[in-house]
Amino acid sequence: MSAIDAPNPYQAQSRSSAVEAAATFPNYLNATGGWKSWLFTGDHKRIAILYIITTTIAFLFGGLAAALVRLELLTPQGDLMSGDGYNKAFSAHGIIMVFMFLVPVVPAVLGNFLVPLMIGAKDLAFPKINLMSWYLYMIGTFFGLYAIIAGGVDTGWTFYTPFSTTTNTNVISAAVGVFIIGFSSIFTGFNFIVTVHKMRAPGLTWFRLPLFIWSMYATSLIMILGTPVIGITVLMVAVERLLHLGVFDPAFGGDPLLFQHLFWFYSHPAVYIMILPGFGIISEVIPAFARRNIFGYSFIAMSSLAIAMVGFFVWGHHLFVSGQSAYAGMVFSALSFVIGVPTAIKVFNWTATLYKGSISFETPMLFALFFIGLFLIGGLTGLFLAAMGLDIHLHDTYFVVAHFHYVMVGGMMLAYLAGIHYWWPKISGRMYPEFLGKLSALIVFVGFHITFFPQFVMGYMGMPRQYHEYVAEFQVYHVLSTAGASVLGVGFLMPVVYLTYSWFYGPRVNSNPFKATGLEWQTSSPPPTTNFVEIPVVTVGPYEYADFEENELVHAR
Amino acid sequence: MSTHASADVHHHEGHDPYLAHHFEDRAQQDEAHSLGLWVFLSTEIMFFGGLFLAFTVYHVLFPEAFGLASSRLSVSWGVINTIVLLVSSFTMAMGVHSAQVGSRKLLLTFLSITLLCAGAFMVIKGIEWTEKYHHHLIPGASFHFDLNDPTAPETQLANWGERREAILIADPHVERHAQMFYVMYFCLTGLHGIHVLIGMGLITWMILRAKRNEFNTRWNTPIELTGLYWHLVDVIWIYLFPLIYLIHRH
Repeated sequence: MSAIDAPNPYQAQSRSSAVEAAATFPNYLNATGGWKSWLFTGDHKRIAILYIITTTIAFLFGGLAAALVRLELLTPQGDLMSGDGYNKAFSAHGIIMVFMFLVPVVPAVLGNFLVPLMIGAKDLAFPKINLMSWYLYMIGTFFGLYAIIAGGVDTGWTFYTPFSTTTNTNVISAAVGVFIIGFSSIFTGFNFIVTVHKMRAPGLTWFRLPLFIWSMYATSLIMILGTPVIGITVLMVAVERLLHLGVFDPAFGGDPLLFQHLFWFYSHPAVYIMILPGFGIISEVIPAFARRNIFGYSFIAMSSLAIAMVGFFVWGHHLFVSGQSAYAGMVFSALSFVIGVPTAIKVFNWTATLYKGSISFETPMLFALFFIGLFLIGGLTGLFLAAMGLDIHLHDTYFVVAHFHYVMVGGMMLAYLAGIHYWWPKISGRMYPEFLGKLSALIVFVGFHITFFPQFVMGYMGMPRQYHEYVAEFQVYHVLSTAGASVLGVGFLMPVVYLTYSWFYGPRVNSNPFKATGLEWQTSSPPPTTNFVEIPVVTVGPYEYADFEENELVHAR
Repeated sequence: MSTHASADVHHHEGHDPYLAHHFEDRAQQDEAHSLGLWVFLSTEIMFFGGLFLAFTVYHVLFPEAFGLASSRLSVSWGVINTIVLLVSSFTMAMGVHSAQVGSRKLLLTFLSITLLCAGAFMVIKGIEWTEKYHHHLIPGASFHFDLNDPTAPETQLANWGERREAILIADPHVERHAQMFYVMYFCLTGLHGIHVLIGMGLITWMILRAKRNEFNTRWNTPIELTGLYWHLVDVIWIYLFPLIYLIHRH
């Protein structure tokens, strides 16, 4: 590729036998051995691997709770569990999936692995703090899982007061878990910001950065500015529960609405923490498999920052029916429509990138295209909910549940799978099975729609969320949803199984199996511990696929 | 990492023992460390921001109760503590300067004065909290806010009877709402106090490292970062002091 002017030593290596390459270069996986070399590592790539393992375990736990929820809802009666048990099951699902999976997963796994590689650095700016953030994640997760296993939490993932300060379930240990995991995410964001500012390779100007980096940067801004607010909020809840002081308790003059404001001041931007990294992945995958430069690079880059900024001013749309003033509601409603603009800019630009591209449908591209479709539905139904009048009808119904899952699972989860497949050869040095990959993408897409589309319908018809019993007329939608969830479960389990297999037995790959541009593809797969033998010099933008194709021809001649 | 490098850095520019392996040069490393601390400080400000917001909301909801409760704090202790912290910030800045010009003796002196000031701040806070305990102003079961307390400053006023009635008309639950002020007071000063204690730990660590002669004109980043952190602790107090001590004195 021509992103590097100087003759590139890896280009030659990528052409040689991949097995030979793996044998001659010590890589980050085999450079040192033993469990200590993993648990005390400062290498961002190894920390990413630690995160892959732990977030996948968290995902499986969260999925198990979701399975219980869907099974209970198969019939209108509460025959599998009691109301309390159901409350605990959906709370476990929400707390695990939001705080232990969705928030950390892409920054901590793909961000950790790729940020230094993509900007031509040897590591993140603070390797020890990076390792510490993984330990904080582990400690926080243990607190959270302890709360769930030792009796459970029944507040949902939102911990609304005064219920959360009066219920006799394990709110304190769950709150402490959220607080600690919050610091893990602050330290990740802090590391990325400093790294992107100070460690870019020579010639890598801001507008030559891959869009994944822009989205990680915007995500990091939200992490460092939003997360401390939820930290102090859940701390106040814990103080109120421990000492009975009444910070949010109306009996002492406390204001429960203040809790909701503080909570959503973080938790609305937090959904952008969850989805922005996904946008970054899609912006990398689409050009690579359409063989075209991204359309509207600077618009996509700036829209990430716009989302991060405007995202801090829309939290009030969660409080339309909570007693917030009508004027505040109108302002928040208008601002929520505003944030649709940068989001739509991204979708239009990805679509425009596809136009006249030479598209091929490898697994990452399939996931990315499915992402666009599902995210479009998720995003547009968000506008329904941002319209204050309509929200009064849809508030606290399955419509909200469906919207949230279209964005978080249909959007974020598919983007994560697109990314993990796309960079799998770089991470593991081995190829994933292409057929199984495509099959799982298809199963996820179909299963997802069967699970969540009926929820839009029944939500619109009035099915409220968070009930374990419901009137019989909704059963057909719930049966569809549960059936779809089992298909979806298979689709999610498949990559866990075949990627684990591929990690040990997959065929080895060369440095750039997808012939993609970007610095991460110019070092061996898996990369050496210091990422590059020689720090690259960058002279052009990140998606020069036209030049790339030409160069291939030149080399072939 | 160039662990084999000679300790005498001036003769071996290529093997700087203070340069971590993943940085290209010292300038990059220093800038990264300094930016990192600034980013961390913005996180800290948002962390305190949540509490400041809660304080402001309750102040707006219960102006009478917050005014009365605030007037029972000791402004003179507050002023003394503010001066103590400002002095400590000055000595910290001088300490950073001493490190940059390479004077170990001055560095140790200034760091020690800063540590003493920080200790004095915590002692004074302890005195104030103990006073609150004796006046039953610790929120919880034993909390007791008496509008007729003859030792309270507001009851000394000539027209207190009239004002008391006016306050009770404006806020019949003023005594209960006064507890909210003290909840916020202890949360804010407590969280700030924890930061002072962390700062004292950092300064002590820096004194120990300075005694081991670890710092010189080329390597003093830890001192600089400790200084930045300490100034933040100071700045937060500058906002905290008028917010909790002076709201009723206009």
